[in-house]
Amino acid sequence: MTATTKSLRRWGAVHKWTSLICTLFMLLLCITGLPLIFHDEIDDLLHSSVKPAEMPAGTPPANLDHLLANALAQAPGKVPHFLIWDRDEPGAIWVSVGPTIDADPVNNLLIRMDTHSGAYLDSPDVTGRFTYIMLKLHTDMFAGLPGKLFLGLMGILFCVAIVSGIVVYAPSMRKLRFGAYRAQRTRVVRWLDVHNLAGILLVAWTLVVGFTGVINTWADLVLKMWQFGQLAEMTAQYKDRPVPSKLTSLNGAVEVARHTVPGMTPSFVAFPGTLFSSKSHYAVFLHGDTPLTSRLLKPALIDAETGTLTDSRDMPWYVSTLYISQPLHFGDYGGMPLKIVWALLDILTIFILVTGVYLWMRRRKAGVSQERAIANAGAIDKPAFTA
Amino acid sequence: MVAHRSLTQIFVAPLVIAIVSTVGLISALVGDGWWDAVSWAALGLPVLLYLVFIWRRRPN
Repeated sequence: MTATTKSLRRWGAVHKWTSLICTLFMLLLCITGLPLIFHDEIDDLLHSSVKPAEMPAGTPPANLDHLLANALAQAPGKVPHFLIWDRDEPGAIWVSVGPTIDADPVNNLLIRMDTHSGAYLDSPDVTGRFTYIMLKLHTDMFAGLPGKLFLGLMGILFCVAIVSGIVVYAPSMRKLRFGAYRAQRTRVVRWLDVHNLAGILLVAWTLVVGFTGVINTWADLVLKMWQFGQLAEMTAQYKDRPVPSKLTSLNGAVEVARHTVPGMTPSFVAFPGTLFSSKSHYAVFLHGDTPLTSRLLKPALIDAETGTLTDSRDMPWYVSTLYISQPLHFGDYGGMPLKIVWALLDILTIFILVTGVYLWMRRRKAGVSQERAIANAGAIDKPAFTA
Repeated sequence: MVAHRSLTQIFVAPLVIAIVSTVGLISALVGDGWWDAVSWAALGLPVLLYLVFIWRRRPN
């Protein structure tokens, strides 16, 4: 056996095992990911929501303190965690409230408010929705952080499977033209061709979507890292101060933030004591206005007692990496046509997974190991095998 | 069936497609309008090629 054959067999084994381990989970991710590409459209279709009042362009937004008070009146005894401007619907602002300030925000109640009148719109329970169930299955399989990290590991295996797939593509194609599809042959040959063709056509997309998905599974860890890193640094002088007894104006804090970071738009406010802020600050996160900079957030920390600016910095590279990896995973950054292309690529990925499993099962039955089939590209063509 | 192909022959088309796809992935991040259109075309290319290759050689 030559060194090349040996090495190819090894790559074949890597491709087989990494694929086999992750395939079932990748199928789950591809199938649940498909409706998630269109989650906004599906939600609009399945669930009605109160429309914000029509306002002429240029109508000033409501005072945020007034809006917040109206929201809290809908949820007696609850405390605000976050105030979030709706990305897609400028007429709506969400207020996220929990039983206590240190309660897990995952279980928060979301209250939708009218940006301009400051009036209550609705507070939908999203947890029963089809898209929510798909999202949970897709991100952590209802298993919390361990589930998330596990899916991240499967994603890494998927990436290794793609890279090893590129290597074993070469011997497989030694006697075939690019794009060969031997339509007259038996199913195992046809499906091998589909697997090779779709696999190699989608290499860049599957690698990027796979790897950005892996990065997304680390979001909770990235947040913790930022909390103990940059956030702690920015608020070091407040470490031993007591929690402010009365919070200063939210509207004022947002105004100070806007003024500090001109040209950027507020995205959300984290209230003092939440994961995204210190116990003494409103953290106002602002975003830019190009497709790229709209994904990058910059925090301005406003002293919640005095209403003055403490600090504002660009977020560190590891947070920016996470934010950039989100659109590249979701495919939501190029309008409806991009979403449709994303869905088609997702469906082709399902083809790759299914044909891959089929090829493995057939070869097992025929007694031809994949490593051998790959090392000896002719194996698959042997009459005894295809008959 | 063709004669033994070299690695360059095997990988030139996949490499071009991977580069085009990468341009498509980045393009819509950079801007709107035409930038989005480049993305649709570049990422639509692998899907289109798949359909062309499969349909062209479909059994009658």
